[in-house]
Amino acid sequence: MNEWLVVAGIILAALSGVPGLVLSRRGTAGERLATGLLGLGAALASTGAIRTFGGVPGPGLSAPWPVPGALFAVRLDPIAAIFVLQVFVGSFLASLYGLAYWPQAEHPFNGRKLRLFFGLLAAGMGTVTIAANAMFFLLGWEVMAIAAFLSLTTVDERREVREVGYVYLVATHVGTLSLFAMFTLIESITGSFAFGGVDTVAHPVLASAVFALAVLGFGLKAGIMPLHVWLPGAHARAPTHVSAVMSGVLLKMGVYGLVRVGAMLVEPPVWQGAVVLGLGAVSAVLGVAFAIGQHDLKRLLAYHSVENVGIIFMGLGVALIGKSVGRPELVGLGLAGALLHTWNHGIFKALLFFGAGSVIHATGTQEIDHLGGLGRRMPLTSVLFLVGATAICGLPPLNGFVSELFVYLGLGRSLAGVNGTWWVLTAFAIPTLALVGALASACFAKAFGAVFLGTGRSEHAAHAHEARWPMIVPMVVLAALCVVIGVAPALFAPALDGAVVAWSGRAAHVSLAELAPLSLVSVGAALLLGVIGLGALGLRRRLRRVATTGTWDCGYAAPTARMQYTSSSFAQNLTRLFSFVLWPRTHAPTVRGSFPASTSFASEVPDAVLDRLMVPALRTVERMMVWLRWIQAGNVHLYLTYIVAAIVLLLLWRP
Amino acid sequence: MNATRILDLLVHLGVVLFLPPLLLGVINKTKAFFGGRRGPPLVQLYRDIWRLLRKDTVVSTTTTWVFRAGPVVSLATVLVAALLLPLGGAESPLAFTGNFVLFAYLLGLGRFFTILAALDTGSPFEGMGAAREATFSALAEPALFLGLVVLARASGSLELGGMLGGAEGTWAKAGASLVLVIVSLVVVMLVENSRIPFDDPNTHLELTMIHEVMVLDHSGPMFGMILYGAAIKLLVLGSLVVNLVVPVTGESLLLSWPLFIVGILALAVVVGVVESSMARLRLVQVPSLLVGACLLSGFGVVMLVR
Repeated sequence: MNEWLVVAGIILAALSGVPGLVLSRRGTAGERLATGLLGLGAALASTGAIRTFGGVPGPGLSAPWPVPGALFAVRLDPIAAIFVLQVFVGSFLASLYGLAYWPQAEHPFNGRKLRLFFGLLAAGMGTVTIAANAMFFLLGWEVMAIAAFLSLTTVDERREVREVGYVYLVATHVGTLSLFAMFTLIESITGSFAFGGVDTVAHPVLASAVFALAVLGFGLKAGIMPLHVWLPGAHARAPTHVSAVMSGVLLKMGVYGLVRVGAMLVEPPVWQGAVVLGLGAVSAVLGVAFAIGQHDLKRLLAYHSVENVGIIFMGLGVALIGKSVGRPELVGLGLAGALLHTWNHGIFKALLFFGAGSVIHATGTQEIDHLGGLGRRMPLTSVLFLVGATAICGLPPLNGFVSELFVYLGLGRSLAGVNGTWWVLTAFAIPTLALVGALASACFAKAFGAVFLGTGRSEHAAHAHEARWPMIVPMVVLAALCVVIGVAPALFAPALDGAVVAWSGRAAHVSLAELAPLSLVSVGAALLLGVIGLGALGLRRRLRRVATTGTWDCGYAAPTARMQYTSSSFAQNLTRLFSFVLWPRTHAPTVRGSFPASTSFASEVPDAVLDRLMVPALRTVERMMVWLRWIQAGNVHLYLTYIVAAIVLLLLWRP
Repeated sequence: MNATRILDLLVHLGVVLFLPPLLLGVINKTKAFFGGRRGPPLVQLYRDIWRLLRKDTVVSTTTTWVFRAGPVVSLATVLVAALLLPLGGAESPLAFTGNFVLFAYLLGLGRFFTILAALDTGSPFEGMGAAREATFSALAEPALFLGLVVLARASGSLELGGMLGGAEGTWAKAGASLVLVIVSLVVVMLVENSRIPFDDPNTHLELTMIHEVMVLDHSGPMFGMILYGAAIKLLVLGSLVVNLVVPVTGESLLLSWPLFIVGILALAVVVGVVESSMARLRLVQVPSLLVGACLLSGFGVVMLVR
């Protein structure tokens, strides 16, 4: 029953963009119908997912598929249900937002295309989460990858959009290739394409290869450092509501894959958990460090996805270590932290992208240093963005704090009562997470401060307007979720408990309520909100008579908006501290003479892996391969000869 | 909840609410003593705060509600953080596993809003101060958590009371690590409270300030709240150090509370001596000292491997 609901949701999502194709280019019927269908599908699928948390997981569905080894097998366990909820709620809210952000009337030539592939993207992701057969999983995976490519290259007449699209397409197919290899290896161990247990003791080498391929394939999708190369560009150039779905939901499909493979590994060695934890820590620190250097609002948010996926991987690493050493409390806290952070990141990152979209819609620029003072002109957007910013920094009393607390507790529990030296790794992961939190606060103080506070730095900012209701409503829903999860985490414990039981495969499990101080977190949050409320009331009473004047300027006669600290100057101290990995580029002219000519200063932080390592390396390879170019001469006869030769070779070859 | 516990809570609240301004008085008296001056009276800050709370306010036309939220949130966060701490050998009012994370993140929330309030004025000086605060606190955070990791490993507890209070056993087991952690926590306390050698609270040049410049535009009751919050923050972070150095386990309230108060006042004297005997570091050298504090605690972790 629950499975049927989700399958119906997937079918509705897949078809949501189709009616629009035959409707008018200019009318609003197509876009409303698409959002409506997606909303209906989301309601059905979410009902199915939520019912799964309470009850016993059903036997699943399956239908024959004439490809060898393949089966249309569907299974809905609590792990899948967590991701199904996220896929559908995220996609529906983004679609609603798109009604005002990308209306058909303003985009007659690409609006219908975008909505068709947007629906397919949601359907593909839904399929990935419920597939119980490798072939079916890969089918969903490819639909999702291609639909994401076509949605992100909506404005394909622009060169830079096509470029980031191709980088994404290459990256996703490298990932798919390694997933093909991984599922083949799993089949050779277990003898089927179903997601069975992989015995790591009997097949140590093959199981290690499965793990490595899973990290590569799913890590590429999740955007873990240094496999994140496609991510910043794609998120920055896609239409903003597509960026929100990519960052909030699409990356999580990589997380889902690794969680699923982690569940399949029987008695994994400790080093595997350590690798995931280490990758997560590196990704978290470097992701936020690169974010600080950015001055494009959406690129900045994109690097924060790298950071947050890093935090999710840290939680998953703790869970894997716990599985290896037989510590159920580490499994419970680590996995609950990872899965709750998956939700949380989907919530606050979508909120932040929606906020950024409203800013872009209102001002026409995503350059942070051209903005400023928008808090006055866009009061609602600014409050909602601030909620998202506080949540993503992991600050109480919002949701980011709760999931990070679980990860902290998981790491902290591993400190006591163990011998050996592997706890040193988890010990150093704790201050790493603290550093990440502090850097994230610095980064969002910079982003929020430069965009919404102070005074406007350009004409763009001067004529901003508040967003329309289809853009505000999704943000209000997401901000409310941030508060609810932060203040009452106990409401979500049953779902997480179910997922932990399904993951660890043992019924006797310590519940999250026993492992983490859920009710006291609520008490702390309530206390904090209460004291803030009292303080605000007290101040309000005292501030009846307020005189206003200009900001203190040290007596300087004519301060201008351009003298404000910009986001780049705010970040300068930190980019200098991290210059050993960021390799910032600065263009600083030397000023000579008493009356120097007018000049300019510019600085940027390009992606170290893509722009500084991969592109130069690939250029070199390209130059070295000149002598192979005759193979591809563009002559059709030659290509036909290759094909015939290849077929003859295959016919002759007998292993 | 028995009578002792209730009495303990009341004393806890009383100490948190009424003691902090005295610490600043002690620091200033110490500095005056070293400078050969008489100095302001010990209760000067109480008078200042009382006067400021009754004054009218001038705000900049550039600012929004965020500017007013800054002082409120920073005061509220240190107050709640103070309830997570064990003071005077008693169990903390909000004791639970993992409360050290909430403690550190509450201070982070207060800092986040102070920085935003500074940026809300659009002043380049306040932007400068905000950028410095963000940078230095980002480096102080790992030092604090490394110290807490040592305490967690040595005491086997993830609750601030256990981490700080179970000190007799911990001293015997991990004394050398604890010494390193105490030094590192003193550094964290000084940087988080903007004291010398990181920031000079008495400086009068906007270009060189950190914390003071961020609150340049706040006046009247809002500035009073900021001063009060800063004093409580000194007590909160100072009590981490005092709890480790003076391990009082609360058998008798009559002994442990006076011992704690003497300890925290002695710490204020130490801060005063540091401020009298050394100059402020150049801003570019501050990160080195903070990384040094991280390394100290890091060694503390490594020394626990066996």
